[in-house]
Amino acid sequence: MPGFPLISVGYAMTASLFRQTLPILFGYLPLGMAFGVLFTAQLDYAWWYAPLMGVTIFAGAGQILAVSLIAARTGLLEVFVAMFVLNARHLFYGLSLLGQFRDAGWRKLYLIFGLTDETYSLLTSRARPGPRFQEQRNDFMITLLNQCYWVAGCAIGALLGDNVAFDSTGIEFALVALFIVLTIEQYKALGEVFPLWAGALAAAVAVAALPADRQLIGAVILATGALLIQYRLRRTRTVEQGHG
Amino acid sequence: MDNVTYILAFIAVATVATFATRAIPFLFLSRHHEHPLLLHIGRYLPAAVMSLLVVVFLVKSANWSAPAFGADALLPCLVVVVLHLWRRNALLSIVAGTAAYMFIQQSSLITL
Repeated sequence: MPGFPLISVGYAMTASLFRQTLPILFGYLPLGMAFGVLFTAQLDYAWWYAPLMGVTIFAGAGQILAVSLIAARTGLLEVFVAMFVLNARHLFYGLSLLGQFRDAGWRKLYLIFGLTDETYSLLTSRARPGPRFQEQRNDFMITLLNQCYWVAGCAIGALLGDNVAFDSTGIEFALVALFIVLTIEQYKALGEVFPLWAGALAAAVAVAALPADRQLIGAVILATGALLIQYRLRRTRTVEQGHG
Repeated sequence: MDNVTYILAFIAVATVATFATRAIPFLFLSRHHEHPLLLHIGRYLPAAVMSLLVVVFLVKSANWSAPAFGADALLPCLVVVVLHLWRRNALLSIVAGTAAYMFIQQSSLITL
């Protein structure tokens, strides 16, 4: 059986990718279901519009906001502005993935499309031991798995509607736990605390000063500003040393 | 506009707006991917975003008005940090922390 070792390598790889996305499964199922339940409870549309939105939009906070926008029959220009502003933090995610997604071919379009908070966290934190092309395929698989969990959550929630009976209260903490683990991993990989403090302080300021729907974008802008200042300071120092 | 046309148009607009936020850097900055400023941002922004997400989500997960002042989320958070520094097994840290949080929330242990 000449093909057998290859198949088992492929299987081990897929199993490892699946394991890496498990916390996102535990986060996306309940969150997607929350959206689905909200969708059928608030709106008078067929259930399958909820998973359809998961397929084409694929944004947690965005879709939950969408329910109230649809309920109010908001004008389409306003919808565009609201969705763009709400998801504007993703503008900054792309900045740090320009190199990683380079030359990914047709997969690049989907990698960009699937850049949620959670996918971004995983793709920028995980180990990349293999050749570049292989790792981009793995990035693609991770993004696809994440979206499957999300769409499944949207569909289940919309089908169940208000009949959700089991007590899964608190399971969404899986996402917080994932972010904590990834923060520790980022620290171990970088060996520097400045970006961690910049992010944490930016978030603290944003949470204290901004309404809930502006906190994420506010914090991302503040943290990026702090990194820009750090960049300027480092450059000045390098230039001074160059002259000295 | 009837209801079906409206929701289909809505979904199309929301899809384009969301995709635009994710695609714009790749459309306009791809040629500068080796600029030192973008390399700096690319190197440090993920770490900053991660700690930022922890803080924003943690604030929402905790009950700060209880006498225990947010311990219902801070304790599970501590479980994750300690376990992860000790065993460095991501799945173990996440499952244990989530289980601790679910138990505390469902039993109302720390809202006394």
